Formats: sequence, structure tokens, C-alpha cells
Amino acid sequence: MSKRVNKINVTELDFSSVWSYAASPESTDHIKIAPRYEHFINGEFVRPTSGKYFKTINPTSEAALSELAQGNDKDVDKAVKAARKAYTEVWSKMSGAERGKYLYRIARMIQERSREFAVIESMDGGKPIRESRDIDIPLVAAHFFYYAGWADKLEFAFPGKSVAPIGVCGQIIPWNFPLLMAAWKLAPALACGNTVVLKPAETTSLTAMKLAEVIRDCGLPPGVVNIVTGDGVAGAAIVNHPDVDKIAFTGSTDVGKIIQRATAGTDKRLTLELGGKAAHIIFDDAPLDQAVEGIINGIFFNQGHVCCAGSRLFIQESVHDKVIRKLKDRMNTLVVGDPLDKNTDVGAINSAEQLGKINHYLKLGVKEGAEIWQSSCAIPRKGYFCKPTLFLKASQSHRIVQEEIFGPVLAVQSFRTIEEVIEKANNTPFGLSAGVWTDKGSRIFNLTTKLRAGVVWANTYNKFDPTSPFGGYKESGFGREGGLHGLSAYLKF
Amino acid sequence: MERIEVLKTYKLYIGGQFPRTESGRYYALTNKQGATIANVCLASRKDFRNAVVAARGAFAGWSSRSGYNRSQILYRIAEMMEGRKQQLVDELLLQGISKSSATKQVETGIDHWVYFAGWCDKYQQVFSAVNPVQSSHFNFSVPEPTGVVVAIASQDSPLVSVIDLIAAAIAGGNTIIVLASSKYPLCAITLGEIIATSDVSGGVVNILTGKPEELLGQFASHMDVNALVLPEIANDLLTKAKLEGANNVKRVHHYKNTNWERGDFLQPYPIMDLQEIKTTWHPIEQIGSSGSKY
Repeated sequence: MSKRVNKINVTELDFSSVWSYAASPESTDHIKIAPRYEHFINGEFVRPTSGKYFKTINPTSEAALSELAQGNDKDVDKAVKAARKAYTEVWSKMSGAERGKYLYRIARMIQERSREFAVIESMDGGKPIRESRDIDIPLVAAHFFYYAGWADKLEFAFPGKSVAPIGVCGQIIPWNFPLLMAAWKLAPALACGNTVVLKPAETTSLTAMKLAEVIRDCGLPPGVVNIVTGDGVAGAAIVNHPDVDKIAFTGSTDVGKIIQRATAGTDKRLTLELGGKAAHIIFDDAPLDQAVEGIINGIFFNQGHVCCAGSRLFIQESVHDKVIRKLKDRMNTLVVGDPLDKNTDVGAINSAEQLGKINHYLKLGVKEGAEIWQSSCAIPRKGYFCKPTLFLKASQSHRIVQEEIFGPVLAVQSFRTIEEVIEKANNTPFGLSAGVWTDKGSRIFNLTTKLRAGVVWANTYNKFDPTSPFGGYKESGFGREGGLHGLSAYLKF
Repeated sequence: MERIEVLKTYKLYIGGQFPRTESGRYYALTNKQGATIANVCLASRKDFRNAVVAARGAFAGWSSRSGYNRSQILYRIAEMMEGRKQQLVDELLLQGISKSSATKQVETGIDHWVYFAGWCDKYQQVFSAVNPVQSSHFNFSVPEPTGVVVAIASQDSPLVSVIDLIAAAIAGGNTIIVLASSKYPLCAITLGEIIATSDVSGGVVNILTGKPEELLGQFASHMDVNALVLPEIANDLLTKAKLEGANNVKRVHHYKNTNWERGDFLQPYPIMDLQEIKTTWHPIEQIGSSGSKY
């Protein structure tokens, strides 16, 4: 008897030789970026005490877009004093309803200026305009709008408890979702009656400074929100300031641990949203084409600069080759290039430093014995770009499997049984997110219960919503952002 | 002739067994007159590490039990304790606690088991949420246990604090290692015997006796411990615990000025302090205006 062979996708899909997308760049004519931005303290834009500024680079052109105030402990002290004064004299005394109205104003004004925010976000951070326009900025407005409504309803959130604001919050945010992370931090803090000193990431502070304009234009009382730009020096000054009551940090697990140690001897409250290395699990009964879209969205969304990125792919052995074939085909269609082009799927790597880190892992993966495969796309000569990358035949002990790369790099493993994949998926110090694709409902609930991660996407991936709590297990941090659960990080009981 | 009483050897409770400390070390517990009441195990780093292995091993089974089942087991502990009430009272008296206080502590402790038994299948309902997301997804958040918990009991609440700490952790599906009061350690070990005969699987609850200042560093630095509950610890030790605990981002909880006997812990919030919120998303086929998006 002859052996029957099922051939799949015998012909490789080849789009680029037949036709290519015409350039479709978003216009930047109307965008006003000042040559220099100051700190935003006590409702005013003030010069840094050091008199020093640092450049913010467009990762696509490698040219400087503007320069930002270099914050130090003196600037932070000014900001904390302003926040304390605003807290005691104004914000903690104001009714929740009135606080809420300010937040509604902010949400509305962001919607009005959304195009400007989206374009600047893509210029400064390198993310595709499609994402900043359709995901980041709409979510920013939605986040303020959602928490605005909580401000006068807090007594209904936690049964049996009376609640009060904590005081002055120091908030330190990362560069991957610059404005969205600012919204995740500011909206619940302000709704709960706290005042804030916010430090945006060094490479992506521009939209935060534009947000400062919105905050000023909304008439928010001076000192309620203060923004200090700078590097780790400013961040450390916030963490170590004795008059800060709470620290909220989103960033790497390494820095999170440093912050946890720094707050150890104090009464400061702390929430941490740290790194991840999410398992993305594909069972043989999954809708494979949809699953492939999910894998693509899981790891190449925002160039893989996502703490919850599905960076460890587990494919059931019986469909492994088929999924890989489909995945490679799909990856070859990804458009990598100018973030401002509406056709772009994968934009620029956020900084030269991050590109260096990713390239280091690309070399390391090969050295460790995994099989590298990269999309055939062309990448621009100028700017920081990385081809979408697969590492096949990766194994649990590889550093590319254990460590967060934070780039468009996917480590692939196969599995046979459910027990095996649960064991492998949970075998990491992280626990931020996970994904599972299967057609079987009972299996989904089995998996979602056993995966030790704060967010589990079943038959979907990388979805976010202001009403949906987000945060980690284990070394991915503690505390939740979003939803009712996100309020508890900013309230005293 | 008067009968010679059989004296009890107080041992540790690890993984469902009652081993002596592997270190062979002890400290003598004396009464007010200075007479030795018992030689108490001075648990070592190795005893603690064994307890973590036991607790981690028991976690999957305990956390996957139904709330109803955990509820019945906690209630069973109350039943068993009621039956051994006199023994616990006697032990408290032996350690120099007044008769009225001893009786009250034991009765309060039993009632606290009943209280937490009731929460096992209810806190999930109070603290879960179905989240009204914009896109066409069903999205819900539920509490899940943090994992392996280590707690240090209050020095002056040798029974009720131990019960509250264990109950809040295991009602929520965690497994726990608790260090008894070094001043009054005896009834914590007897409580271990009660727990061992109440259908609690081995390893879910582990009880050590020893010195907090000696063991705290081990508790805080162990990489397979998820949370520390240190209700009444001195500030410098708390700082040390938080510093070491950062190595694996431990959740460290401190409850100042807790009056255990008054029932300060009788809330769902100590249970929730040892829970993680998990959010699950799944697409919904064609509802809402935004359409189904995979």
C-alpha cells in the first residue's frame, strides 16, 4: 500500500515580486514639536535645576526630535512638594464628582487631539501609526473616561470598607506604550483622590509633555499632576523621596526588584508591573489560520516591545510543521518599515540600545543551538529595525526561552500532551500572561485555570480594555491596573 | 500509688508528618517557677526547606479542590478542635496563661475556623468581576491563590493568631508554613495534630517551632516562597524580609496592631491579600457593534 502524504502549502506565497504597497505616510505637517520641553511642575513648565537637557531621538530617522529637561533630585523634590500641597489643600478635599469631571475633560481633550498624539507617539517611539491611532490613543481616552466615573462611586467598590486616598504617588512608566502607560497610572490615581509625580521613560517623553498641555488646558488644579523627565536618576529620586506615599512602577523585573528593595525600610505602598515571557499554546484542534494571526499579533504587535508578548510559542506536535509553514508565510507578508506609513505592520525598534539588546539575543539563540529563521522582508537602511524572527527547536533551558527579549523574536517549542505543555508554560519565574488556542471549551478552562499568569487570552491575544484588570503573578509583579481591581492600588482602607 | 503521667514530645509538623528537627537542636520551655515543661524543637533552615518542598507539592491538589470541599475541611478542623478543647486549655495553662483567658482563646479559635470555613466558597463571588469590555469578548477576573505562604505567628496570641493566619491562607487555596510563637509554642503543635486528623492533606499546613530572628532570613530569601505574612514583626526585621523578599518579588504583608482575639482578622481581606487576580478573555461570535476580532 502506498503511503498517503498530505502536502500543505506547497507553493510559497510570494507577494513582493508581484506587487508592493504604495507608500501611504501619515502627514506630519500639523504636528508641532517644540525644540525643547521643560518639566511640568505645579501647573507650570519649569526649567530643570541642573540646566541640562537631553535629546529625544526618532528611531526611524535617528534624528533628534526635541530635547527634554534632565531631572534630578531637586526637580523631583519641587514636584513632590507641589503634589503634597495640591493634595492637602485642594485635591483630597474636592468631591469625587468634581474630580471625575476633570478626568472626563482630559478624556475628551485627548479624543480631540488624538491624531496629533498618535503621530507623535509613532515619531518618538517607532510604533506603527495603525497601532498608535487605533489602539494606544483610543485606549488612553477610554481609560480616563472609565476611571472618571469611579471618582464619586468608590464607596461601592470594596464591600465593608471605607476608603481614602493614599496621598502623593510616584509613578514611573516604560517606553513601550508611553501615553497609554501614563493613562493607566494617572487615571485611577487621580480618580481615587491622589496627586502624582510622573516620570515618563527617557526615550519616549514627548506625548507625556503633550499630555501636560492637556492637563493645563483642562484647568486641573496646579500640582495635582507633575511630570518630571529624565533618566534613572530622576526615577530613583522619586522612589527614594521621603514624602512620596506610594510608588507604581511598570518596567523590567530587574528594576522592579531594585525598587522593591529601595522601599523596603519605608511605609511606601508599592505596585509593580514587570516583565513577562508568555506561553502561547496552539493545540491541534485550534482554528489554525486564526491562531497564526494570534501568534503574529502576540509577538509582533508593537515590535514585540510588550511585557505580555506571546514570546514562547508551544505548538502541539501533530500540527507543528503545518503551523510553522503558515506562520512563515504570514511573516513574509509583514511590512516592516516607516512607523508613519499606514501599511506598516512592524515599526522601528524603540532605541539603539534596545536594538543592541535584541541583536545580542539573536546571536545568543544561534549559539545556544536554536534554528533561526527571519522574514524575507527588506528593512530600511537607516533607523533601528529588526526582521521578524523565529527560533525553531528552542528548548526550555535556552536563555532565549527563559529571558525577556522585548523584541520581534519568537522562540518555538513543540509538545505532545496537555500536562507537558502546562509544566513547560509555567516553568518560568514570570507570570504575566498566556495564550491558548483550541476549539474545545473544557480544555480552555482547564488551561486557563492551570496557567499561572495574570491575564490569559483564549482564542485571542493582546487585547486590552480599561475595564479589564491587568498584572502579574510571581516575578511579573503585584497589583492590578484596570477595572475595579485597579482601584485598590490607589486607596487606603 | 499515683499513676505516672505520660508526657508529650512536641515535634514539628511537616508534610503531614511529625518529625523532630533534623538539626537535633531544642530549647527548653519553662514555667514561671523555672521548671522545664517541654523541650521544643529549634527548627533549622533545612526543616524549613523541607516544609517548602511539602507545601509546594501540596499546592496543586489543595488549590484545585472545590471551595465547598475546602469549606467542609475547615469546618472539620473546628469539629476536631472542639473535641480536644480541654487539651488546648490545659496546654495554655501549663504555659502560664490564666484559666479564663485560656478558655476564651480556645473557644475563639474554634469559632474562627467556622468563620473562615464559610468564606471558602464565597470570597470568589464577592471579588470576581465580569468586565464590560468594548470589544466582542467575554472577559472575567477571578481570584486565585498566590501559592506557598510563610507566616510568623504573634508572640502573644499563640493559638488564635496561628489559626487566623492558617485559615486565611488555606481557605483561599494556598499552602502555608507557619512559625509558632516561641514564647508559647505548645498549642500550635497540638493544632497541627488536629489539622492532621481533619482531612487536610499533608503539606497543606506545616508548623515549625523556633526563633523568628534565626529563620526569617531563610523565609525571605527562599525562591519558592510566594508570600510572607509577618503581622507583628519588628521594623528592622520587616525591612530585612522585604529586602531579601525582593529576590523573587515576594508579596510581603504586615498587619500592625492586630487584636486577634477581638476578631480583627475576621474579614475576607486577609484572604484576598494572598490571592492574585486572573483575567481571562475569549471572543464572542458576532455580538455587539464592534464585531468579533480574533
